[in-house]
Amino acid sequence: MENFYVKNKSKCKIVKAKPETIEFLLNYSKSLKITEAEGIKFESNLN
Amino acid sequence: MELQLADSQLIRYYIKGDERALETLINRHNQRLSSFIYSKVNDREITEDIFQDTFIKVIRTLKKGRYSEEGKFLPWVMRIAHNLIIDHFRKNSRMPLFEGTSSFNIFSVISDEKLNAEKQLIKNQIDKDLVLLIDELPKDQKDVLVMRIYKDMSFKEISENTGVSINTALGRMRYALINLRKIIEENNIVLTN
Repeated sequence: MENFYVKNKSKCKIVKAKPETIEFLLNYSKSLKITEAEGIKFESNLN
Repeated sequence: MELQLADSQLIRYYIKGDERALETLINRHNQRLSSFIYSKVNDREITEDIFQDTFIKVIRTLKKGRYSEEGKFLPWVMRIAHNLIIDHFRKNSRMPLFEGTSSFNIFSVISDEKLNAEKQLIKNQIDKDLVLLIDELPKDQKDVLVMRIYKDMSFKEISENTGVSINTALGRMRYALINLRKIIEENNIVLTN
C-alpha cells in the first residue's frame, strides 16, 4: 500500500564526458597518423 | 560577438590539420552525446567509455578521409554511438558482468525478498497506521478495500459478497483510495519504507 504514495522522479539527467576523456581524445588525435602506400591506408600511433 | 563556425567548416579545418577544430566539435556536442548515451546505458563509466570509443571512430574516419558530408555531423556521431550502445548490450547479454559501484550495490538485486530488521519494523508501523486510516473511511468503501487488499478477493467475489455490481465495487475501491490519500495529505502523514 505504501507504494501508492511514491511519486515518480524524473529520470532525465544531464551528463558530460570528463575533461580527462576529452584530453585523451585530443592527444589520440594528435598522435594518430595515416599514411598511404599503394592505395592502402596505414594507421600509426606515435605516442 | 563571437562567430560560431558550422560543424562542416570545423571538420574541413580538422581534416586540414587544425586540432583545435576537433576540440571545439567535441565540446560543442559533449553534453548532448553524453546525455544520449547515458539515457540508454544508465551508467556513468560506460557512458564515458562509449563516448570515448565514438570519438575514436570519428577521428579515424575523418583522418582517413572517409567522411562524406551527406548528412549532418551530429546525427552521424549519434549513429556511431547508437551502434556502440547496441554492441555493448550484445556483449553484456553474452557475458553478463555485475560489478558494484558507489551508487549501485549488487546485493540490492540478488538479496532475498525478506526485509531487514529495520525495514520490517517500519513496515509493521506503516501497517498499523494504515489500519487506523482505513477505519476512518465510510463503511462501504472500507469493506471493499479490506476484501480486496487484505483478503485478496477479486472484484467479482467482492460484488457477490456485498450484493453490488462489479462497477460499484470498483468505484468504491477508487473512492477509498482517493479518500485515504486525502486523509494522508490533510494530516501530513508520511508513509514510507
